Amino acid sequence: MAARAKLNQAGVMLPRIVAAVVILCAWQALALSGLLFRDVIPPLQDLARGLAGVFTSPDFYANLLVTSVELLGALLVGGAAGVVVGLWLGGSRFAAAAFERWIDYLGPTPKIILFPVLILMFGVGMQSKLAMGAVSCFFPIAISVAAGLRGVNPVLLRVGRSFRARLDQKLLKIYLPAMVAPLLNGARLGFGVALIGVLLAETKLSKQGLGFMVMDAYQHFDMPRMYGLLIVSVGMAAGVNQLLQRAATPTKT
Amino acid sequence: MRRAAAVFGMACILAVLALLQMAIQAEWIDAYVIPLPTDMLASLPRLVAEEHIVARFGVTFGETLSAGLLALVVGVALGAGLYRWPRMRRAFEPWVAVFAAAPLVLAYPLFLVLFGRSSLTIVVIAFGSALAPVVLKTLEGFTAIRPVLINVGRSLRMRPADEFRMILMPAALPHIFVGMRLALIFALINVVGVEFLINLGGLGQLINELAERFDLPGTWASIGLVVGVSICFFVMLDGGERWLRARS
Repeated sequence: MAARAKLNQAGVMLPRIVAAVVILCAWQALALSGLLFRDVIPPLQDLARGLAGVFTSPDFYANLLVTSVELLGALLVGGAAGVVVGLWLGGSRFAAAAFERWIDYLGPTPKIILFPVLILMFGVGMQSKLAMGAVSCFFPIAISVAAGLRGVNPVLLRVGRSFRARLDQKLLKIYLPAMVAPLLNGARLGFGVALIGVLLAETKLSKQGLGFMVMDAYQHFDMPRMYGLLIVSVGMAAGVNQLLQRAATPTKT
Repeated sequence: MRRAAAVFGMACILAVLALLQMAIQAEWIDAYVIPLPTDMLASLPRLVAEEHIVARFGVTFGETLSAGLLALVVGVALGAGLYRWPRMRRAFEPWVAVFAAAPLVLAYPLFLVLFGRSSLTIVVIAFGSALAPVVLKTLEGFTAIRPVLINVGRSLRMRPADEFRMILMPAALPHIFVGMRLALIFALINVVGVEFLINLGGLGQLINELAERFDLPGTWASIGLVVGVSICFFVMLDGGERWLRARS
């Protein structure tokens, strides 16, 4: 059994290693071929240097802090609004019939186009980026919370009523545990879109933050640094997304 | 009750706009930040006449369609390939899932360097964002096929190409439609977003230009217009998917 599992593992790893090696070799060959402008596709050693340079530069940590504060603020503001609206829509059939369609359809529209009016409302500083992230994460969180509340098993609610559970007991012992998966899913989607919103807003108009650093590297044509920053920010977003997705998937017992 | 609720929802939105109008007229809200809703509405005919809305709509729609269809063709082929070779699937399906979660649009400066400030950049980013959902949905579709259908094909000694054309594809179509709908939605979001960010092309650029000219009623009206166009597009896709599902 163990030998078979090992064989399976090898069967999965081999194609992955081959694919990774082929991609890296193709990259290096293209970089050294001179077919493209110098540094558009930097050689792997420059790329590694660029990536290491990101982590060793003090600028990076200062800008990461700015982006993190904006992101955290966005998740707090947009998340709180999303939870309140989601609970309202999930708890009232009339409210859902009146407004949920609007939220569903506004949800997937590209939010970055709101950035010019957010700048007018909140200025060119951190607040407008925070607002951009908050608007982005409001929709998936509201939709997930509403769906989660509607999905709570009615038997659990009846059990709560038959035990005469108080409101706080119902919230903590019935609703919250039953809604963990949709809440985490909402948090995952919300985090992803809030990060995209904040970083895109920073690339458009900003003097600080990771998005600004990417644009700064682009404007100075410092490609290895730009690649390094993109690997870090895209990797960070994809990593957190995967972690929350794993947490939201019920474990099989 | 549903109809009454829908009418109530619409009435609430109109009431908020009316309140906004009053608040701006009473100067509680700065008209330089939020212009009068009636001014926004009044600027629509001007936008249509002076800003080549129809041509811009065509550009955005063309880019969305090219990226979405390209993602459909490549995604179905990749999905079918991963289904055909289970070992590859075990190895690379998690990679596709990570790729689906990676916000490719953040790398738009990189695509600007690679492809220049052109429609190609916009289409490539939109294609990249739309590809993973098609691959995953295609795989999901093939996996959900009842084994009896495949066994029937085998008992009739179908060639692999015929099995694919006559059994696998028709049975997986509903899932592939879902993938196609997601692809077109992701494509539209990315096309409009990147048009706005790099100030090039259709509807996204319009918003950027009007904002840079400080034409606020125009900016708000164009945002409303883009949101409206997106919503129409999503409603049409929903309807299309339901229609195709009913026929398949």
